[in-house]
Amino acid sequence: MALDFSSMTVKAWRRENGRVGVRNHVLILPVDDISNAACEAVANNVKGTMAIPHAYGRLQFGEDLDLHFRTIIGTGANPNVAAVVVIGIEPEWTQIVVDGIARTGKPVHGVSIEQKGDFETIRQASWKAKEFVQWASEQQKEDCPIGELWISTKCGESDTTTGLSSCPTVGNMYDKLLPEGIYGCFGETSEITGAEHICVKRAATPEAGEAFMKIFRAYQDEVIEPFKTSDLSDSQPTKGNILGGLTTIEEKALGNLEKIGRTSTYIDAIGPAVAPGKGAGLYFMDTSSAAAECVTLMAAAGYVIHTFPTGQGNVIGNPIVPVIKISGNPRTLRTMSEHIDVDVTGVLTREMTIDEAGDALIAMILRTANGRCTASEALGHREFSMTKLYRSA
Amino acid sequence: MNKPQLLVHDHEDNVGVVVVEDLAAGTEMLCVVTADNSDFRLTAKADIPIGHKVALKPMKAGDTVTKYGEDIGRMIADVAVGEHVHVHNCKTKRW
Repeated sequence: MALDFSSMTVKAWRRENGRVGVRNHVLILPVDDISNAACEAVANNVKGTMAIPHAYGRLQFGEDLDLHFRTIIGTGANPNVAAVVVIGIEPEWTQIVVDGIARTGKPVHGVSIEQKGDFETIRQASWKAKEFVQWASEQQKEDCPIGELWISTKCGESDTTTGLSSCPTVGNMYDKLLPEGIYGCFGETSEITGAEHICVKRAATPEAGEAFMKIFRAYQDEVIEPFKTSDLSDSQPTKGNILGGLTTIEEKALGNLEKIGRTSTYIDAIGPAVAPGKGAGLYFMDTSSAAAECVTLMAAAGYVIHTFPTGQGNVIGNPIVPVIKISGNPRTLRTMSEHIDVDVTGVLTREMTIDEAGDALIAMILRTANGRCTASEALGHREFSMTKLYRSA
Repeated sequence: MNKPQLLVHDHEDNVGVVVVEDLAAGTEMLCVVTADNSDFRLTAKADIPIGHKVALKPMKAGDTVTKYGEDIGRMIADVAVGEHVHVHNCKTKRW
């Protein structure tokens, strides 16, 4: 019997700006690499908080700096985050991040290190972090329609089984939940190569299709052409993909695109970590195909749950967004099942239809939104990887 | 239905995917086309790992390899029905 998705609800936190979050993190967020140590010290002092160390934030400029701020601010602004303590080396850029996150209405406080040193910074930030974590612990969940969730996708360590089972499972989920009003997101610009003629046809409007093709061509012209030393055959498909049976980038791309289902169309193509701006629906985002970079960008755009098909077994997680892993490869389920949340091996044995697999994924999305710890959360996978566009000044 | 050893996306495809571990040469595979669940039999000519492709038709160097009903690259060596198709005999047309 077909499920009634419109009546499904989750218990989640409604934030000050009306968005729905499925986790209640208090972040200790560094503006730059040299503030990581202070952030980690605060997170050690105050239990229930989480530091997100990263590698960049100094001497960046232009579009690369814009992307850095968008990623840091977007991470703090994500509805899965209740409150944020921001630490930076100096006050001006720290304040930019604080002001950006404060636009959501959530509690945020900045501390800068210069003229204080780590000890005094850690003392001030720890007091505020304790206040925030106690405040956050009393925020209550409420019933929210499933249509209010923002659900992103990216596959990793793909093989031929992902195109047969786990990717179409995600596609089936989108075909069922996008009509309920969710925001969806797929990306991986380089991994559309070979299927761009199909991807452009899946745009909801000619403008969205043109926006996608502009991003696709820019990657070929501005990244591959100037920087290639031979071709991308040593990276795309990856060595893991090839072990799993994928031979060419075209084959990989066709499997990848199974994630947008049969009936779903995207309404816009957006830049990395840009919040979708045209209302509910599916978006293409210009991202790297590297798992941690891509999920980090989608989380910074405001997505609260990530669905991740894998064939050979990618182990990725994210600090603030639960990453639900789906696999149909029986060898992966046999050898590394601790990483997999949804087993769709039955699709390969023809004991499970794609429709049933999609329903199983939706059931896991509901459980995850209601608080079930994903495999990646239980295993402590908190990969936070900033995308960097070019060398710093 | 018995469990298939090989899945094929589309009737136009000239390769299929091994979906079981430890497939041995000489196995008469149950092959299912996922587009309509129709099936056929084919004998594997080599030990082929799970996830790897098998030629459904004889192909010559230069021939287009079709999967999902789409062009996924070209053969760079000849292959017989039931043999392994992968990076040793198939290459992208892109890079």
